[in-house]
Amino acid sequence: MADEIKIDKTIDIRGQICPYTFVRSKLAIEKMNVGEVLEIILDHKPAVENVPKSMENEGQKVLKIEQTGEKEWHIVVRKDKEKPKK
Amino acid sequence: MAYRCPKGQGEAEKIIAECGLRNADYNGEKAFCNPKSEIRNPKLKTMEFTEDQILRYSRHILLPEVGGDGQEKILNARVVLVGAGGLGSPVGYYLAAAGVGTIGVIDNDRVEISNLQRQIAHNTNRIGVFKADSAKETYETLNHDVKVVTHKERLTSANIKDIIKDYDIVVDGSDNFPTRYLVNDACVMLKKTLVSAAVFRFEGQVMTIFPGQGPCYRCLFEIPPPPGMVPSCQEAGILGVVTGVIGTIQATEVIKAILGIGEPLKGRLLLWNALEMSFRTVKVPRNRECPVCGDKPTLTELIDYEWFCSMSH
Repeated sequence: MADEIKIDKTIDIRGQICPYTFVRSKLAIEKMNVGEVLEIILDHKPAVENVPKSMENEGQKVLKIEQTGEKEWHIVVRKDKEKPKK
Repeated sequence: MAYRCPKGQGEAEKIIAECGLRNADYNGEKAFCNPKSEIRNPKLKTMEFTEDQILRYSRHILLPEVGGDGQEKILNARVVLVGAGGLGSPVGYYLAAAGVGTIGVIDNDRVEISNLQRQIAHNTNRIGVFKADSAKETYETLNHDVKVVTHKERLTSANIKDIIKDYDIVVDGSDNFPTRYLVNDACVMLKKTLVSAAVFRFEGQVMTIFPGQGPCYRCLFEIPPPPGMVPSCQEAGILGVVTGVIGTIQATEVIKAILGIGEPLKGRLLLWNALEMSFRTVKVPRNRECPVCGDKPTLTELIDYEWFCSMSH
């Protein structure tokens, strides 16, 4: 099942560094509906830790972190939560 | 008032024309500045920030309580400042930095050298220039997303409603009681959120008024003090930074109100003393017999109180 995740949206943010990796990932997931899955392609190593951590902090579910090249990672996140109201 | 759209004015007007909205509604959420609109337009979900906006507002977007949609609310908000002096200057500065799309500035005075000890929207090169024009230059230079609308008039019972009706939030930074009461009464009558503040020597106070939901300024002080009882601004003196602290608190209240987050100073008067370096809040109940916002208002026409503080030059 882990290999069969349906991706609803992909953003390629290679070249971006922290915190803009998370800023752009967050902007993308905000526009999606709960239950949809976002794939993030990035090449900034610190973001491989930071983006999933920040996504979890905001209540989203990190489904997969995969290194796909020498300097390329795919992070797959499911939107579980709309933003807090207060 | 212009609608601010990250894609530019042309695109915004097209969308507004298509869906018949004066203020478009992002993300299917009810926009703050458009309380009457329940229309959901899926097209608006595709609106994007410019590259510069992502960078400029990144520290806002990172906040869970703000995010991209919160930043869009800020860009769509319309806030008017009563006075571009000690309080209005920092309020406008932070609102412009935050990206408040439309900032009105009501002031018909010109910059004087004695203002510059505290009125940070202005500078020495602007002496003699209208404060509203000087503030416009400062704020629009800080952030090109901001449009500043100048109102170079003295507020009166005759013009105030027309001026403030197009804004969502009113910020009172006036230095005299006739204007303070006029602004309070007009905001209650038009149901505008009002962030009211005052400073005196080393102290300041702030209260946010949500007409119909909490107390207004008249619930706190029903009528202005008699002429001569309170020293005028020019006689009393003011530590410059006090206006900065209090104005920045007003700006905070404005942004919280735009975003609908946190606890506003509703029914609470915040008092700050610089010498003691102490904050305290005092509960203020709504007065059911308040002449303007009570259950049976007796004050239904705006009043131009006599100017007793020696007014500006």
